[in-house]
Amino acid sequence: MVTSLASSTQTISVNVGPQHPSTHGVMHLIVELSGEEVCSVRPVVGYLHRGIEKLAEGRTYAQCQVLVDRMDYVSGFCTELAYCRAVETLAGIEVPERAEYLRTLLAELQRLASHFVWFGSYGLDLGAWTPFIYCFIEREMLLDLFEELCGSRMMPNFLRFGGVREEVPGGWLERVRSFAADHMPRAIDTYEALLTRNEIFRSRTVGLSAIGQDLALSWGLTGPMLRATGCARDLRKDAPYAAYDRIEWEVHTGASGDCYDRYLVRVAEMRESCRMAVRLIDAMPEGEVRNKVPRNLKPPEGEVYVRTETPRGELGVLIVSDGTATPYRLHFRSPALVNISTLPRMAVGHKLADLIAIAGSIDLVMGEIDR
Amino acid sequence: MSVGQLMRALVWLVGLLALMGVNTLMFVWWERKFIARIHRRHGPLHHGWHGLLQLPADGLKMLTKESTRPLAADRMFFSLAPAMVVVPTYVAYVALPFGPGAALVDMRHGLFFVFAFQALLPVGFTVAGWASANKYSLLGALRSSAQQISYEVPMLLGALSVVVMAGSLRLTDIVSAQHAVWYVFKQPVGFVLTCVAMIAEMNRTPFDMPEAESELVAGYNVEYSGMRYGLFMMAEYSVMFVGTMLVSMLYLGGWNLPFLPASPLWLLLKVWLLVTALIWVRGTLPRVRVDILMETSWKVLIPIGFANLLLIGLLTTIWPRVF
Repeated sequence: MVTSLASSTQTISVNVGPQHPSTHGVMHLIVELSGEEVCSVRPVVGYLHRGIEKLAEGRTYAQCQVLVDRMDYVSGFCTELAYCRAVETLAGIEVPERAEYLRTLLAELQRLASHFVWFGSYGLDLGAWTPFIYCFIEREMLLDLFEELCGSRMMPNFLRFGGVREEVPGGWLERVRSFAADHMPRAIDTYEALLTRNEIFRSRTVGLSAIGQDLALSWGLTGPMLRATGCARDLRKDAPYAAYDRIEWEVHTGASGDCYDRYLVRVAEMRESCRMAVRLIDAMPEGEVRNKVPRNLKPPEGEVYVRTETPRGELGVLIVSDGTATPYRLHFRSPALVNISTLPRMAVGHKLADLIAIAGSIDLVMGEIDR
Repeated sequence: MSVGQLMRALVWLVGLLALMGVNTLMFVWWERKFIARIHRRHGPLHHGWHGLLQLPADGLKMLTKESTRPLAADRMFFSLAPAMVVVPTYVAYVALPFGPGAALVDMRHGLFFVFAFQALLPVGFTVAGWASANKYSLLGALRSSAQQISYEVPMLLGALSVVVMAGSLRLTDIVSAQHAVWYVFKQPVGFVLTCVAMIAEMNRTPFDMPEAESELVAGYNVEYSGMRYGLFMMAEYSVMFVGTMLVSMLYLGGWNLPFLPASPLWLLLKVWLLVTALIWVRGTLPRVRVDILMETSWKVLIPIGFANLLLIGLLTTIWPRVF
């Protein structure tokens, strides 16, 4: 017995989460550590499971929308947009031009709000408190604008089949414009001053868990995770929906696919979203914001799969209809779930602190993963 | 010892104890206020004048909170650990002079005494982490001891180069040797070295490895609550005080200010400025990784420390009038 003790080293298994400062929401990682080095990681998800997909089968299409809002709780408008587009495709509903612009504007503002949360919490994962507080100042301003628009801050429920709920309040577009054109770029400069060129931040993220383009594609990564590898794949460009093809904008990519590139891509996306918001407001046509849709919507029998680009990547909505007022089956392909499935392969061999940095760079929203 | 000496020692001890308490409170208050400014938050503003009552309230809360202990914890060492951390930091106060002739004991080896007691801290941290029977705390404790042992070397090298210049280990001598020019101007490398090592010794951002809330929840003190936790906090702020006092005395001329009479006030002013800088660093930087931290010490700071010591040794030999 003595000899075996002398010649062997033991690994210890540490539970990171489900209640842990670094797990964004209730995520549970069973980590096997040899000293500080990660030998294996096993993500355990499901603590936040609310059975949204099953609940939807007992509700009308319109009633499902409130469930969808609660799925990805930091990007309500983006998830709603995906769901509404799926139902509209299934039922053949047209959307007025102004509503398309409004939806795109809201999706981009929501992307901004979602990236704020990610930016702040990523700083926090690496031990920097200040960016977290700063991000929430700007996010609050954005949420105030959302509240003014639809009375809600996180669960908007503002999009409708065939458009949006109502015309925007007077002066709202001007306020959004000045926020996106004047305030936000300066605020992002401040954020960047705290992290982008910071030597400690760079030493923690540059070269960390770099994944190649082919590997990323074969793992099914999407969103900033994929674009950081240099692959310019963005559904807003590749399969344009809403008003994304009516304005000029760029897809931002990284080079090496490491944590730092993921950071840079998201920051570039924040700036791009500001520019897009301004262009959308400038180009927004007048007119109706909502087409008439039967109150008791019964889409024809069939199946539809619609994809949109949310802040975390490709969100796919599958609806199977049996011709009744409730979906026969509603399923989501959530980007964060696919992205988190790669964590065990990305983190092994790194330090415990790196594991936190890698998990943070994935931008996890547990509501969307567990559903 | 005569009765007069005994009385003097008693008065000093009471004064030091009061200073420890008040100073810890003031540091906490100042840290919260200043970090709130950095964060553009209001900070604790609502209890009393400029939030001053927040701290007594916090203290009261800490005193009345239940001190829980995990079932699997080692009973004796779990209870002893906070004392093992607090006592050495407070003993170090004894050797700190606050002005010319204003010290409880103006030791001939004062600097050595302070370092010796500061060096006992990792023992307390390791015992706390191990006795908690918690993996996070164990990792935090191991990190803490590794970090403190690694950074003691560059800190000593920085201090040693001052000792070479001043030719004494007595803190009052070191301060009076800087009457004309502060050592920070004569050996800026040593100053930076000592400051960096000091931050690491204090376990503060960017070297707050042992706590690392996003990785280890709270490191070695994760299982501690109530006043036991409070003792750890007090120790942390005392280490901060002792560390900044040492830097002020070793490099910033202690209680001297140009064109002004020497006074303990100047020393405290410098301490507070250094503490403010520490808070500023905390509000700005993210945390380094544990292996980068170790590498910085062994591969960067220690070689620089030796080179600096060598250089200072040469300069004091060749050019004794200036150095």
